[in-house]
Amino acid sequence: MSETSILPSEPTPELTRTPAFEARLKRRYAAERRFRLAGLGAILFSLAVLLFLLVTMTMNGIGGFQRVTLDVPIRFSQADLSLPPATNNLGVAIRSLEDQGLPEVIHAEAARVLGEDAADELSPDAWRIVAEEIIDDPSMLGRDVELALPTSANLSAALSGDGHAELQPLARRLSEQGVLADRFDPGFLTRSDATDSQLAGIWGALKGSILTMLVTLLLAFPIGVLAALYLEEYAPRNRWTDLIEVSINNLAAVPSIIFGLLGLAVFLALFPSLRSAPLIGGMTLALMTMPVIVISGRNAVKAVPPSIRAGAMALGASPIQVVFHHVLPLALPGILTGTIIGMARALGETAPLLMIGMRAFVATPPDGLTDPATVLPVQIFLWSDEIDRGFVERTSAAIIVLLLFLLVMNGIAIYLRNRFEKTW
Amino acid sequence: MSPAFLLLLALGLGVAAWVVARARAWSFKRARPGERLAALPAYHGWYAALWVALPVVVFAIAWSAIAPQLIAGSVLASPAAADLPVMELQRQTMLAEARAVATGAAPAVFNPDAQALVQPFREAISRFNIIGIVAALLIAFAGGAWAFLRLQHGFTARTKVERAVMGALLLASLVAILTTLGIFVSLVFETVRFFGMVSPVEFLFGTSWGPDPMSATDNIDASRYGALPLFWGTIYIGAIIAMVVAIPLGLMSAVYLTQYADPRWRRWLKPMLEILAGVPTVVYGYFAALTVAPAIRDAAIAIGIENASSESALAAGLVMGVMIIPFVSSMADDSIAAVPRAMRDGSLAMGATHSETIRRVLLPAALPGIVAGVMLAISRAIGETMIVVMAAGAAANLSANPLEAMTTVTFQIVAMLTGEGSFDHPATLSAFALGFVLFLVTLALNFIALRVVKRFREAYE
Repeated sequence: MSETSILPSEPTPELTRTPAFEARLKRRYAAERRFRLAGLGAILFSLAVLLFLLVTMTMNGIGGFQRVTLDVPIRFSQADLSLPPATNNLGVAIRSLEDQGLPEVIHAEAARVLGEDAADELSPDAWRIVAEEIIDDPSMLGRDVELALPTSANLSAALSGDGHAELQPLARRLSEQGVLADRFDPGFLTRSDATDSQLAGIWGALKGSILTMLVTLLLAFPIGVLAALYLEEYAPRNRWTDLIEVSINNLAAVPSIIFGLLGLAVFLALFPSLRSAPLIGGMTLALMTMPVIVISGRNAVKAVPPSIRAGAMALGASPIQVVFHHVLPLALPGILTGTIIGMARALGETAPLLMIGMRAFVATPPDGLTDPATVLPVQIFLWSDEIDRGFVERTSAAIIVLLLFLLVMNGIAIYLRNRFEKTW
Repeated sequence: MSPAFLLLLALGLGVAAWVVARARAWSFKRARPGERLAALPAYHGWYAALWVALPVVVFAIAWSAIAPQLIAGSVLASPAAADLPVMELQRQTMLAEARAVATGAAPAVFNPDAQALVQPFREAISRFNIIGIVAALLIAFAGGAWAFLRLQHGFTARTKVERAVMGALLLASLVAILTTLGIFVSLVFETVRFFGMVSPVEFLFGTSWGPDPMSATDNIDASRYGALPLFWGTIYIGAIIAMVVAIPLGLMSAVYLTQYADPRWRRWLKPMLEILAGVPTVVYGYFAALTVAPAIRDAAIAIGIENASSESALAAGLVMGVMIIPFVSSMADDSIAAVPRAMRDGSLAMGATHSETIRRVLLPAALPGIVAGVMLAISRAIGETMIVVMAAGAAANLSANPLEAMTTVTFQIVAMLTGEGSFDHPATLSAFALGFVLFLVTLALNFIALRVVKRFREAYE
């Protein structure tokens, strides 16, 4: 036994570092490099897809913030138009202008300067824009003005060389005259849905989203925070508490469309007249967001060190005072971060809102929580079904707006986390 | 009068009660200087405010539910309503029109006959507004008086207020149970109705799906409700194609981020990867339908596959896989981090390279956690709606060809419920049965996964 020692007293490098060993080592190192590269590749691939998605949307979407307009000089001094005296009702004033022949005046003026064929390709609703400008500035009726008016979807497609070959010569002639051009369209952010892509805007959907999110926040935030405080600070360990915990964890993982089914079967059955109202949409999304807030809220509350509670307790604070005066303020940044992330998820959610009927064509922005409305993601979904090239651009532009909103919300969440979160 | 007005009224009265009751408590304090109140004056204020505001809020909710009926009832009882059409539908439209004008929602009536009703409506609305406000004030006064009379020097207002706060906390946490119960009950209720028309066996094992929402309800062709192709499409897209993309990419990303990446890089790479999970699904769906699906079709035609469809399971599955990557990655990240450091160090000390340590030691040790993460990822993928709605197609195909259009459970739920079908039709109800199946499957996946994760964590603690 003593002769064969486990360790040779003089290890000879030649014995271990044989050529076969060297070759093996090389292979192993090569495998190591390959593995590492595969890991890097996986990340780079994911990021490349993200970049590709964002670039595609931006490239497509830039066109959506523009629209093709035709400069039409109009001699209102020649036309016999007048604004009805002292109406503050927009609809009545517009109707009166229509009855006085405003559409015909515009058509005739456009035909006089630009030719009959160009006048025919003005958007059929161009006169409404003129009417609104007149109502804004009634003195216009005595002057000669030049207005940039939207064209038909066909002419705008022809200008970008996208089909409608029969209109392309006209588009070329007008754009050489310098009256037809693709211009930045701030109205995209202030108009609402329309059947014509040239007249469509996202304000209606954006306002619907804001109202829906307001309802969601007002319901989900208090309920979520109170539930998190109860479960983390007061709940006795018993079967009921376990049941609450299990249902919160499950709700956080239930597919969003199931919440839509719940909204349809319960909320819409209770309030059938509120179909596609932000109130119902917000309630449905609140049920979906609440578990997210509870889970992140519990983590934030758990992170507050017990010494804070013990200190407050020692000074005579009641259990409620301990939590509401000491624990909650310290946990609030964490809770807010979780809330914003949950709200961002709700803002991008589409499927449950389709279920409760928020997919109707809504051309006027909602004025209250019970008006019919649509929201930004649903508007994107609805436009994505349109074949018109103009709507493809509008869809991407709406996506850019949605992504910007999400970016801002997540940015705020990250800022809050970095600025206020303490490590104890 | 909107419920918002009553709620504002409740708030205002509550504030008033708070101020008055607090002043009253101060007066007790002044009356007996040197003696402490049983509760701080502010708690007396809260006590009174709760007694004023809560009943008014409850009343506001109840009133906003019953007031429209009362108004409509009183209008119908008025002499102007005597010559209303007898048909229920016309009657309702006339009433709705008159109400819209009376509340200022519409400028003028469309139907001249409704004009006569506008005035009775206006009167009824203002009458019931006054009744509502007076009732709210009476309730607030009664609550306030009750609370105010109980205030005295030794009154333990804080305990009472805190009891109310505890009640609110408990109620808030019961909302979760109520929601779960609501989902369960509504799904079960509609599913049972559906199974009354189509047998469960036919539904679960039938192989042909093509409900016709327009068909007559008394003569149902149960053979059109075979959901097997939907289950197959869901599994094929969500659990096979998407996972083929998401598992390797997510796992390798997690390994690189936790084991190789410089901490400085990691701080940037991880949030950027998480952006993928934050992109709304409707954007992914649009991306899949507009960019990925045509590219796949062109590629398929280029390699000689004819009649490739522009909607394919592959496009939806690939994009869904990309969406799931950060999810798998963060679950794998957690499980790898939970493996004790000693195991890793031991392996490295034996001369294993980094990758050998990861493949032979870390990943096997983290496997239960990773598997659980994959199960959660699958449950998320099969419940995903917008990507498949926009890119996967509507044809129910029982095929293994990824280039074919395929439909899923979620797609059919959307399709069945956004059509024109009535609520009594089996086509509409089938959406609830599909939702119930989806709910049960995701529930089971989550339950098992959370169990596995829990046991796995305990094993290393």
